[in-house]
Amino acid sequence: MIRTNILLKITDLSARVAGKDILKGINLEVNAGEVHAIMGPNGSGKSTLAQVLAGREDYEVTGGSVAFEGRDLLAMPAEERARAGLFLGFQYPVEIPGVNNVYLLKAALNAKRKAAGEPEVDAYEFLTLIRQKMKFMHMSEAFLTRGVNEGFSGGEKKRNEVLQMLVLEPKLAILDETDSGLDIDALKIVSTGVNSLRDPKRAVVLVTHYQRLLDYIVPDRVHVLSGGRILKSGDKSLAQELERRGYDWVLESKVA
Amino acid sequence: MSTKSQEVEALLAQGYRHGFVTDIESDSLPPGLDEGVVTAISKKKHEPQFLLDWRLKAFRHWQTMQEPAWAHVHYKPIDYQDISYYSAPRAPANAPKSLDEVDPKLLATYAKLGIPLHERARLAGVAVDAVFDSVSVATTFKEKLGKAGVIFCSFSDAVRDHPGLIERYLGSVVPPGDNFFAALNSAVFSDGSFVYVPAGVRCPMELSTYFRINAAKTGQFERTLIIAAEAASVSYLEGCTAPMRDENQLHAAVVELVALDNAQIKYSTVQNWYPGDENGLGGIFNFVTKRGECRGRNSKISWTQVETGSAITWKYPSCILRGENSIGEFYSVAVANNYQQADTGTKMIHIGRNTKSTIVSKGISAGHAQNTYRGLVKILPSAAGARNFTQCDSLLMGPKCGAHTFPYMEVKNQTATVEHEASTSKIGEDQLFYCLQRGLSAEDAINMIVSGFCKVVFKELPMEFAVEAQNLLSVSLEGAVG
Repeated sequence: MIRTNILLKITDLSARVAGKDILKGINLEVNAGEVHAIMGPNGSGKSTLAQVLAGREDYEVTGGSVAFEGRDLLAMPAEERARAGLFLGFQYPVEIPGVNNVYLLKAALNAKRKAAGEPEVDAYEFLTLIRQKMKFMHMSEAFLTRGVNEGFSGGEKKRNEVLQMLVLEPKLAILDETDSGLDIDALKIVSTGVNSLRDPKRAVVLVTHYQRLLDYIVPDRVHVLSGGRILKSGDKSLAQELERRGYDWVLESKVA
Repeated sequence: MSTKSQEVEALLAQGYRHGFVTDIESDSLPPGLDEGVVTAISKKKHEPQFLLDWRLKAFRHWQTMQEPAWAHVHYKPIDYQDISYYSAPRAPANAPKSLDEVDPKLLATYAKLGIPLHERARLAGVAVDAVFDSVSVATTFKEKLGKAGVIFCSFSDAVRDHPGLIERYLGSVVPPGDNFFAALNSAVFSDGSFVYVPAGVRCPMELSTYFRINAAKTGQFERTLIIAAEAASVSYLEGCTAPMRDENQLHAAVVELVALDNAQIKYSTVQNWYPGDENGLGGIFNFVTKRGECRGRNSKISWTQVETGSAITWKYPSCILRGENSIGEFYSVAVANNYQQADTGTKMIHIGRNTKSTIVSKGISAGHAQNTYRGLVKILPSAAGARNFTQCDSLLMGPKCGAHTFPYMEVKNQTATVEHEASTSKIGEDQLFYCLQRGLSAEDAINMIVSGFCKVVFKELPMEFAVEAQNLLSVSLEGAVG
């Protein structure tokens, strides 16, 4: 029997990129209503995990399984995962010249609604919704008609990711270093955006280097990922300990 | 005017048209080309002597010429003696009798492009006697143009009714011996369009070949001549987003534009002839010479083209910027999929002082296709203060296609400014994945990325055309990326 509050269950997941084994047996359970933080040194596999969960094709899954609301996530193509409510906030959001931001947003929302058997969003209703969310993210309306991420600063790109998330209201949001490159004001805005999505039915997985973000988005669970495995899990105090002591003690305790 | 009387007019017009078609139905020359054939074509069309002489001169010159081989395209040699150079505009014997006989793939394409039902039959080459809508539209159209003094008719009608204008302007931009295919066209051209916008007149509507009666079946050697007199302006649309059924493999058209002082001509093309099948069999060879001359001061000629069809496209719509302060523009989207080959671009010849040109070329290659931009910017010593801006972008979809850019520049005046930007990008895996992750299907994602890439060109098209062009692009690239 599947417990209904388990949103994501990763079992012994391994994956390879360009012939190199990156993930070597990840186990992780995320319940609805929770915020998890995945931390770890550079090259530990954090971003790979995010991409594999989102369904990037050139990342080859070599073992294990992932259940999303009890469904076999790995069997679903990327777009289906998105429509089922899995959202990835990209570490490096790509530019799509000439395509209006608002156009992509609307297409994304309609794809999701269509999959849920709902009618396409009414233009007026959509504009009202998006204006409200943009205000919340302190973004000017000029963003709507600019090309997707075209000429955006690093911080603008990240804010745009969170805006998309707020419009799409995913069940599971995986945010890959959404905090990197943000100044303190932008960090607060992004955190407020993410916190507004906290809900007993949703979950958030934050991939981050820094404790700083976790001051604003307080996690329920913190995991240390290194060498393609989760070496240690704990509550928010683990993040504080990592901030104080660095990663080495975790790595050493495992080697020993 | 009530719709009733328009319908009556329409029926009358059809009766005449039908009779006309019947009259020349048996009229067709056997394959082969010599002076006798050229003379016969001219005689059948009851042309004045000057035009026959002109054709013969072109033919004699053509005989001395070699078929050019410099373009980045490959095809089997064409046997010019195996082509019939005059066939009456009639439905061929093997034309489908009804839509039931038309290739379902073609019909599916029409549906995707949103072409009205009654139009599909005409486009698919079904022998239909009555095409109600276009006839009545054409009638009201003619009235409105007549009031403004704009002449818009078939080339043959223009030869009959306005021989003075033809004699004065024909070949004045593209001389009969300009190149191999232009010379061939000059000798044997069948029909085409003629536009004259008198001084000071802004043409009250977009002119489109689509609305010209008898526009269909103008044949493989089409001739178009557009003249905008002093301070006149006109926007002309050529082609159709729907794939047209066509019996002829070789198309060698010539288009000439003349803009006098302060005149403006905007020429938009959507070309979607049969590109051949997914294995590269069949398809139209489209070898066209298009050139406009900004003859007067402050005149402007603007070419916009969306090229998605034909097995081979070989065309360089160009501008001769003779008048002081004149402006030439070229906006192009060329799509090549499967085994299509496109070698296209423009020439901007700056002669007058302070002349200005802009070139924006977007090439999209998919499948095994080869897409080449070839352009020349030539600044003559007389063109002080001339400026050019060129931007060539290529988008590759998949690993087997190619994009090539050959920008030539000849600058002979030191006060000129010439800028060139070029880029080649693969349809990014990153862009695609980003869209997929937002829930879009791969097909929608590609359409979106491609239309973003082409946006600057599409916005130059007349509004309705822009929407059609966008649909056309998505149909042309269907299945291009797995």
